[in-house]
Amino acid sequence: MTSTERGTTAGSETSRIHNIGYRSYDGPRLGRGYARRSLYSQSLRGSFGLGRSAKSKVLPMLLFGVMCLVAAIIVAVAIATPTATALPIKYTAFAIYLQAVIGLFLAAQAPQSVSRDLRFKSVPLYFSRPIERVDYVVAKLAAMASALFILTGAPLVILYVGALLGKFDFADQTKGFGQGLVSVGLLSVLFAGLGLVMAALTPRRGFGVAAVIAVLSITYGAVSVVQAIAWQTGSSGAIEWLGLFSPITLIDGVQTAFLGAGSDFPGGSGPDAGVGMVYLIVVLALVAGSYAVLMRRYRKVGL
Amino acid sequence: MPIQPPGLTTDVARATTFEHVTVIATESLSKRFPRVTALDRLSLDIGPGVTGLVGSNGAGKSTLIKILLGLSPATEGRAAVLGLDVATSGAAIRERVGYMPEHDCLPPDVSATEFVVHMARMSGLPPTAARERTADTLRHVGLYEERYRPIGGYSTGMKQRVKLAQALVHDPQLVLLDEPTNGLDPVGRDEMLGLIRRVHSDFGISVLVTSHLLGELERTCDHVVVIDGGTLLRSSSTSDFTQTTTTLAVEVTDSDTHPDGTDALRRALTGAGVKLIGHDGLDDRGLPGAGHILLVEATGEETYDIVRDSVAGLGLGLVRMEQRRHHIAEVFSSDETPRTAPAAADATRQKGEGS
Repeated sequence: MTSTERGTTAGSETSRIHNIGYRSYDGPRLGRGYARRSLYSQSLRGSFGLGRSAKSKVLPMLLFGVMCLVAAIIVAVAIATPTATALPIKYTAFAIYLQAVIGLFLAAQAPQSVSRDLRFKSVPLYFSRPIERVDYVVAKLAAMASALFILTGAPLVILYVGALLGKFDFADQTKGFGQGLVSVGLLSVLFAGLGLVMAALTPRRGFGVAAVIAVLSITYGAVSVVQAIAWQTGSSGAIEWLGLFSPITLIDGVQTAFLGAGSDFPGGSGPDAGVGMVYLIVVLALVAGSYAVLMRRYRKVGL
Repeated sequence: MPIQPPGLTTDVARATTFEHVTVIATESLSKRFPRVTALDRLSLDIGPGVTGLVGSNGAGKSTLIKILLGLSPATEGRAAVLGLDVATSGAAIRERVGYMPEHDCLPPDVSATEFVVHMARMSGLPPTAARERTADTLRHVGLYEERYRPIGGYSTGMKQRVKLAQALVHDPQLVLLDEPTNGLDPVGRDEMLGLIRRVHSDFGISVLVTSHLLGELERTCDHVVVIDGGTLLRSSSTSDFTQTTTTLAVEVTDSDTHPDGTDALRRALTGAGVKLIGHDGLDDRGLPGAGHILLVEATGEETYDIVRDSVAGLGLGLVRMEQRRHHIAEVFSSDETPRTAPAAADATRQKGEGS
C-alpha cells in the first residue's frame, strides 16, 4: 500500500471523493480457467457456509455432523461387538438410510448456490467477464456435486477407517468402500443436477427449497407406496421397474445391479444387470438433461 | 482457454496499435429481432475519453453494449472494441472491459468488499491482487468503513458506487456504464458524474456512458453520440454542443424607474449588440413566470459581463442568470442528416428547455 494522500477535494461540499492516486494493475490476468476454478471453490465453500455469515454455517455443518456422527456410532458398535467380523451395514447402504439428511442439505444449499445470483440479477456481472455460460454452469454443478460427495463420502471414510481399526478383512472392506464411493459419487452428481435445476427455475429461495424437498421426498414416497402395493398384490415383476421413478431408488437400483449392494426394495427384488443398465442410462440421461436445462436457463437470463 | 501471451497474437498487436486512435468502432452494425430492429446500420468511431451514448428508452443502447461485450452476435456489420473484433475475441474484450449494468445486481447479504473481491477473481485477478485492487477501488469510488457491512443496508448512491467499483476493479481499458445516474437524487447524480469524469482523467480509463438525458452528459463527456431507433442521429464532441453558443436565461426584478424591468433590459442588451433568442427574446414556453425570462445567446465570457453590467446599469435586481441545458428532445426534433449538423443551426432552435 504505497498510495499517498495527494490532497483531497475538501473544498467541494458535494463530493467526498478523495484523490488518493490511482494505481493501474500490471499483474497477471489468469483468464477463464482460473475464473471458473474460483467460482467452483467459492461455490463449494459456500455450500458449507464457509466465507458466509455464521448463521448460514449452522445448517450445513449440523447436517455434516449428523452424517459423521451416525457413521462414528456404527463404527463404535461394530468395534464394541466382540464377535463382529464386518460392519453392521454395507457402505452402499449408508447414503440410502440417511437420504433425508442428504435431501435437506441439497434443499438448503442448491438454492443458496444459484437462486441468489438469479434473484439479485448478478448473473450479467459474470457474463460480462471472461467466463462464459458453460463455465458458470459447469462450475456450479461441479461445486454442488463435490459438496454432496464430501457430505456422503466423509462418513464412508469414517466407516472404512473404523473397519480397519476393528481389524476386519482388509480386501473385503476395501472393495466395499470403493463400491460405496462410486455409489455416492453417482448420487452426488445426480442430486446436484436435479437440485440445481429445481433451484435455478425458481428465483425465490423459499420455493427452491420446497421444490427440491418435494421432488426428492414425494417421488420417493410415491415409488415406495406403489412398490409396496405391487409386492402385496404379488406383481413383484413391476417393483424393479417402479424404482426408475425416484432419484434415490434409481441410485439404489444401480448399486444393487453393479455395486454389490443389497436392495432396499420390498422383498429385496432389485434389478439385475440387464435392468440395471436401464437404471444407469436413466441416471446418466437425467444428469445430461439437468446440464442442458441449466444451459438453457442461463441463456435466457444472460445479459 | 489458455491465456494469450500479450503481444504474440495478431489481435493483441492490433489492439496496441489502434489504442490511441479508436476505442470502439462499428461499421454498418445492425441487430434485428423478429419483430423489431434494434440497431440499423450504425457506424461509430469512438476515441479515448468519456463518451456519452444518449438515446431514449428502446433506442438501442443496451443492445449496442451487449454486442460490444461480444455477448450477442450482430445481424450484420462489424464492431471492434480496443481493436478486437467482437465476433471472434469476445473473451479477450471482456477481460479488458468493465461493465456496470443499469439494474440492481448486488446480493444484499454480503459486504461490498467480499462481493468486489469475488468479481475481481472472476475477471482473472489472483487472490492477493483481487483483495488489494478491491480495497483501492472501493476507496476511489468513495466507500470507506461501510464497505465491510452487508450491501443490503446501503443507500442507492452507495450501491451505484459498488456497481461502479466492480466494473473498475480489474483495471480495464474501457468501462461501459449503463445509466449510472438512474435513481439518484440531484446531489448523487452530480457525484456520480464527477466520479465518471475522474475515471478517465485520473485513472486513464476510457468510458462509454449511456443516459437518456443529454443535459447531464454534455457536462461530463468529451464526445456525445445520440442514437434513436437504432440509427445514429448525431455524433459530435461536446464543445460543438455547448461551447460555441450557450443559451442564458436571465430574470430581473422591476424597479420604480423601470416598471417593466424585463423590457428595459431587453432594449439595453439589444443596444449592446447581444443576440436574443426566441419570441422577442422571451421564454414563451409555458413555464410559470416564463414571460419574465430573457433568453440570451452567450458567445463567450464577455456576454456574461455585458448582462451583469447592463442589469447593474439599469439598477435592477438580478433574480437569476443560468445556462439552459439542451434537452434530448431538441436533438430528436432535428431533421438534419446525422454527423453534418452544424452546431450554430442547432443553437437557434433552443427555446430554453430546462433539463
